[in-house]
Amino acid sequence: MALFDTDELVLNMGPQHPSTHGVLRVVLRLDGERVVGSDVVIGYLHRGIEKLCEHRDYLQIVLLTDRMDYVSAATSNLGYCETVEKLMQIEVPPRARYIRTILAELQRIASHNLWLGTHAMDIGAMTVFLYNFRERELVLDLFEDYCGARLTYNAVRIGGLPLDIPAGWDQKVRAYCDLFESKIPEYEELLTHNRIWKERTQKIGVISAEDAIALGLSGPLLRGSGVPRDVRKDEPYAAYADFDFDVPIGTLGDTYDRYLVRVEEFRQSLRIIRQAIDGLPEGPILGKVPRLIKPPAGETYHAIESPKGEIGFFIASDGKSITPYRFRVRPPSFCNLQALPRLIKGHLVADVVALIGSIDIVVGEVDR
Amino acid sequence: MTDLFVVPLLQIVVVLNAVLVAVTYMVLLERKIIAWVQSRLGPMRVGPHGILQPIADALKLLLKEDITPIRADRWIFTLAPIISLVPALIAFAVIPFGGEATLFGHRVPLYIANVNVGLLYIVSITSIGVYGIILAGYSSNSKYPLLASLRASAQLISYEVAVTLMLVSVIVTTRTLSLVGIVEGQMRQHIWYVFIQPVAAVVLFIGGLAETNRTPFDLAEAEQELTGGFHTEYSGMRFAMFFLAEYANMIVVSAVMTTLFFGGWLSPFPNVAAAHFLWYIPGWIWFLLKTFVLLYVFIWIRATLPRYRYDQLMRLGWKVLIPVALVNLVVSAIVRVFL
Amino acid sequence: MSFWVGDWTLITSRERLIELARRLRDDRDTAFDFCSDVTAVDWLARAERFDVVYCLYSTRHRHRVRLKVRAADGVSVPSVTALWPAANWLEREVFDLFGVRFDGHPDLRRILMPDEWQGHPQRKDYPLEGPGELLMENPLDWLKLRNEIE
Repeated sequence: MALFDTDELVLNMGPQHPSTHGVLRVVLRLDGERVVGSDVVIGYLHRGIEKLCEHRDYLQIVLLTDRMDYVSAATSNLGYCETVEKLMQIEVPPRARYIRTILAELQRIASHNLWLGTHAMDIGAMTVFLYNFRERELVLDLFEDYCGARLTYNAVRIGGLPLDIPAGWDQKVRAYCDLFESKIPEYEELLTHNRIWKERTQKIGVISAEDAIALGLSGPLLRGSGVPRDVRKDEPYAAYADFDFDVPIGTLGDTYDRYLVRVEEFRQSLRIIRQAIDGLPEGPILGKVPRLIKPPAGETYHAIESPKGEIGFFIASDGKSITPYRFRVRPPSFCNLQALPRLIKGHLVADVVALIGSIDIVVGEVDR
Repeated sequence: MTDLFVVPLLQIVVVLNAVLVAVTYMVLLERKIIAWVQSRLGPMRVGPHGILQPIADALKLLLKEDITPIRADRWIFTLAPIISLVPALIAFAVIPFGGEATLFGHRVPLYIANVNVGLLYIVSITSIGVYGIILAGYSSNSKYPLLASLRASAQLISYEVAVTLMLVSVIVTTRTLSLVGIVEGQMRQHIWYVFIQPVAAVVLFIGGLAETNRTPFDLAEAEQELTGGFHTEYSGMRFAMFFLAEYANMIVVSAVMTTLFFGGWLSPFPNVAAAHFLWYIPGWIWFLLKTFVLLYVFIWIRATLPRYRYDQLMRLGWKVLIPVALVNLVVSAIVRVFL
Repeated sequence: MSFWVGDWTLITSRERLIELARRLRDDRDTAFDFCSDVTAVDWLARAERFDVVYCLYSTRHRHRVRLKVRAADGVSVPSVTALWPAANWLEREVFDLFGVRFDGHPDLRRILMPDEWQGHPQRKDYPLEGPGELLMENPLDWLKLRNEIE
């Protein structure tokens, strides 16, 4: 017989909670502060984007893809447009492919900035949050210069790009790269060798490489577990095949490794951007695209590497209409979030917050 | 008659008001300093450089609707913020802000009471404040505050042990419990006790951080985990009382640290002839200056460090601080007896 | 088996799905250890109206394949969660939005829509307009109301 008569406590974390990054709800069963079981409830932000896309023509959908992962809208734009291009076998001119790569990498930096800021905030390091937002602002300024928008860019078109880069933009991007490179050590100084940060993240939410693959994790989560899988490297899209970059991987698969992987990705992204700016070819920015976009009957799945992981688009066309017959997104946040109950089991409430942050979800993408 | 009633009453009124104003401006100071650390401006709208912000905040909190949750334990829910604020304020009774000053021909001591068990009084009074937090968590009848109050009680009890042990070793050095006596002792020996008891100063500061629920030990109100912790269900003036209590406690800890280790109201370098001009600055200014520096360190730490986890905090308390405190006590005693 | 715009697709029957999936996962030459996506397509006119699509990927060989199974309305498909735990939520989503049931799924609940939702929104015959909030209040009342108006 137990010495004390103890009871489990059911704690509803979210949908209104400062650290659930939107409207995620995690139902925790607690023994003291230790998590013995959990259930993740999603769907609070479900807007039926997939259904909506089946009733919009192919050009209008670009706009809707912005609204899924709203902190990295350009990546979703790119993934969608490449899928349609694959479906219609459209050739994209090299200049457009280079600029797309620059946009995607700038977007990755902005998204990782947001992630690092909120993740550090969840663990209580307030200053890192504002430092990151300071630098994210610069990326948003670059995007504003490019396309006029700061959050939902609608920056990619099927077959190429809507706009060429404005005069002097490449110089601005170069200046930004130099500036940002000097700022990364500021974050690392506050976190990487900080004892409290290490104690809070090391050996928290460990997931082995096999488990990570089986659970369908992708992006920094998978790489943190030591699987060198990056769609940019493995199935190069846009202009990634032309560039030289490393895929950072972790060893243990804990929260600290995932943090290190993402910080290293900052540097790799800068490397790619610099190469792309230096080698930016001249030429048209839009390929031969028919006036009416009406792909032949058939279906395809195409995946690219979003900051969160593998974002895949599955589009089925019936060949008759100007709207996709079936539009499906494989949202990386959704698939990664699936691992949450597994990750938090046996940890404390404080770790739950750290682990939600470590997965890097955007509820707009989880729920669509 | 005047010395027995009027002067202490006046002192109480002055100190109480000064503390309350100081506390509200602490909030502004904290916001400003953190803003500068984070390369922001901080409050700028209310008055020049946001100087009237605390008044606006106080007004807002006063006018806000005061909500009592239906399922809360009404009496205790109301009592809890009072229990946590009052001890924080009455702790100032024994803190010597200065030596004696002459005011309108009266010689007035710059402390309300010179109790011969002053240090004991501080320790016991500040411990009562914990009940406020525990009762707030319990009476809210809500899960997050409950978890927070469990955290708070465990944290405060374990750090109380380390802090009190450390104070004992300080007392071994000072040979008095009176705070005024401690400062006068430092004056006689011409040395700040921080140089005699450096370990005690560090451990006491860490313990002070933990007892005032400040980062990196702010588990009881960890906003990101427990949505505000023990004061989740509080609003309006009752919330403000918790808020005031936290900052008042910070000031108490800084003031006590100043008194114990940094020579209280004494001016620095008394034996350096070139620094004699420092004597012309009144003692209470020195006291406030030293306290302010410590408060700044509190805020600085908050802007820099992430938060500990509950079990790590307990480990630090029991496995590091308490052994250190014990060893320090034994060493101080040996030094005291044999040297 | 078919090949189009660079994608391989395998079409199989419900009975053989698990066996084939297991072979795709365990065979050294295929080694599809990563289940990217599970989704469905509703071909309304067809008798077996649903295509359940599994997008597979091999982290070793870096190749992809799509596996397709056909299912009529009300017919359940065997679940592949035992092979790829990743399919858990993805199958729940297909069930939620299309109403395809998965046999052997450990936790087949709605995932995106509220638990008390009526119908499966991604089906092609699901109306685009609806009662909105009213449905959440009391779905049965609304259904009755709509039938009366019609």
